[in-house]
Amino acid sequence: MNRWVIYIDESPIPLERWWRYLPNWLKRFLPIRGGRPEDHYGKSMFGFTVFLLSESIVFLSFIFTYLTLRLTHLQNWLPPGVSGSKLSTFVIINTVVLLSSSFVIQPAENALKHHQLNKFRWLWLMTICMGTYFLIGQGIEWSKLDFRLSTGLLGSTFYVLTGFHGLHVITGVVLQIIMLFRSLIPGNYNKGHFGASATTLFWHFVDVVWVVLFSLLYLWQA
Amino acid sequence: MENIIGDRESSTSQNEPENNWRPYFSFSTDHKVIGVQYMVMSFIFFLVGGLLAMLIRAELITPQSNVVDRPLYNGLFTLHGTIMIFLWIIPFNAGISNYLVPLMIGARDIAFPLLNAISFWMIPPGGILLLSSFLLPNGTAQSGWWSYPPISLQIPPGQPINGELIWIVSLVIIGISSIMGAVNFITTIFWMRAPGMTFFRMPVFVWSVLSAQLLQLVNLPSLTGALILLLFDLNFGTQFFKPLENGDPIIYQHLFWFYSHPAVYIMALPAFGIFAEVLPAFSRNPLFGYRSLAVASLGIAVVSIFVWVHHMFTSATPSWMRILFMVTSMLVAVPTGVKAFGWTATIWKSKLHLETPMLFAMGGAAMFLLGGVTGVMLAAVPFDIHVHNTYFIVGHFHYIVFNTITMAIFAAIYFWFPKITGRMYAEGWGKLHFWLTFISANLTFFPMLPLGLQGMVRRISSYDPRYQGWNVIASLGSFLLGVSILPFIANMLGSWLYGTRAVNNPWHATGLEWTTTSPPPQDNFDEIPVVKRPPYDYGDPKYSVIESPDYHQPEH
Repeated sequence: MNRWVIYIDESPIPLERWWRYLPNWLKRFLPIRGGRPEDHYGKSMFGFTVFLLSESIVFLSFIFTYLTLRLTHLQNWLPPGVSGSKLSTFVIINTVVLLSSSFVIQPAENALKHHQLNKFRWLWLMTICMGTYFLIGQGIEWSKLDFRLSTGLLGSTFYVLTGFHGLHVITGVVLQIIMLFRSLIPGNYNKGHFGASATTLFWHFVDVVWVVLFSLLYLWQA
Repeated sequence: MENIIGDRESSTSQNEPENNWRPYFSFSTDHKVIGVQYMVMSFIFFLVGGLLAMLIRAELITPQSNVVDRPLYNGLFTLHGTIMIFLWIIPFNAGISNYLVPLMIGARDIAFPLLNAISFWMIPPGGILLLSSFLLPNGTAQSGWWSYPPISLQIPPGQPINGELIWIVSLVIIGISSIMGAVNFITTIFWMRAPGMTFFRMPVFVWSVLSAQLLQLVNLPSLTGALILLLFDLNFGTQFFKPLENGDPIIYQHLFWFYSHPAVYIMALPAFGIFAEVLPAFSRNPLFGYRSLAVASLGIAVVSIFVWVHHMFTSATPSWMRILFMVTSMLVAVPTGVKAFGWTATIWKSKLHLETPMLFAMGGAAMFLLGGVTGVMLAAVPFDIHVHNTYFIVGHFHYIVFNTITMAIFAAIYFWFPKITGRMYAEGWGKLHFWLTFISANLTFFPMLPLGLQGMVRRISSYDPRYQGWNVIASLGSFLLGVSILPFIANMLGSWLYGTRAVNNPWHATGLEWTTTSPPPQDNFDEIPVVKRPPYDYGDPKYSVIESPDYHQPEH
């Protein structure tokens, strides 16, 4: 289990002692007295976390719209003759691939922090492949559905929610490809690994959003 | 310290500050340059928005619709509101915060300078895009700055590029810029403070900026989401907000007001912060109740997240929800009242120095009383239903956005003008500007309150002749308001070019920004200061002069 650790202030804390993160994060994010030493990585990660908070509100506004529309149209959610988004093995495999990629990218980031560049590259490449697989799978899933964007509230909400999430997956994969190329430039990550860490955090965010969307759009069958 | 008048112009032959235009037209990452860029750009949009307002008032002099045609009139009030909110007050606040926050907390720059520059350079394209919709064959967006569906979706067929689309796209651009700005400000305030600058040594202005930017961060994405959905409804055939196709326009209202009510506080909180800086400096008193005023900023921000439904009392909102949001809306008056009492107690029984910044701050704080009290009246459901969609609402929020916030902005410009330019403004012209603005603003906006109580509906170009009397007064006031901006422009340009050299701290104010030279050097501080005193220690004779050597010692 030693692999599943997150490094804060260079001191490893095992995941099962999650409560020990809290004082560390508070100390890190709410410096009380000012005059903290220049810490480009910590500052940038703070800013990126704050940005993701903002980003999640956009998703929440879409989800709020979806929930309100769906709960007020429980009887006629599916337009006549449309079977909606069915839960299939294909979608489940797609989801499993995306979610398990989170457990690949975190060791990759940890490897980068320990300057194990080769291990980082292979794990990172694996994440890129998993993300791309999800994107292609989602495209195939879209083409198999029997409704379009303008097919009632079902089509409106389904395509906007999954499309907006897909846009984030594409962004994540593009960021990952950039970070992979950066690792091929000699000495590039000696300056710091904020880019890779932010991409990792972003990827976890994309996965968490997908868990919510998957439950709302697939597990909740009309 | 009794007389702070005589010694603000430098008698020594210091070097004349350079009047260099060039940095302000370049892609600079210096927070001071970006701050000035924000302020000047938003002021230009303020002039455009004011011109639109004067056209609206020209139309309303007579009860008939005879100056502009009705689609254009709809476009005028839509763009007037949009420009004044999204291109004047919010960017100006971003500009003054950009300039002052790093100086006030003792930082060399903002947390992410490049991101800061990018978020500035997104606004001019967004604003020009918005104005360009006047050139479209069908004109601008016509559904008001709310852009409520289904009215905003009623576009003639065969018009894929229409004013509404342009409006949505430019607002999304400006919104993304604001979110990036919020990330920058929050990170700066949490991470970049000088040694010893604890949270309770930050000036109230910094507290206000922090509260306002937290609101931008949490609430603005809701507007972005709503606008994206509206865009899909408009051009891609979805049905989120189309009532005839099972959609629900009320959802848009919720998402819109979830941002746009806190937007009022995003605009007002920095203004409250400016009052808290200017009033102590000119009454030579410590700010009354510093801690409660600082915490009240956060209190206003937190409560204001939970009040948005008071804009929707007539939107078929269930009674329990109306009562709940009536209570929360009235609750906002508590931290806001703390602020108002704090300002009053600060100037209570002190010898006031009525310079232009002080006049604007006192005028703004006084008129905030009228704006705030009408706001509490509107929070009451029965009264709100009575005056809903009338000029009472228009009068109320103009008392906030013009008579309070824009007055505070003018106070800030005059107060920090010596710091920003290194020169003094002309006091006589400033006072002329104040009295013209104060009188004409009240002439313009006060008549709207009785008009609304009598039942005159907003957003119409023709009205019942019995309302004409008040309307003529308001229109004449608005033209005078237009004239009142001329001495300001003359003063700013003339003083920037030919004004006398200002000393580093002309007002003998406390605060780290006054310890630097005027204008501040490239990296703000030669050595990062160590902060040892609370802000606003005007009363303590030992520390009343900021040049006192042990006030803020540089770090060794």
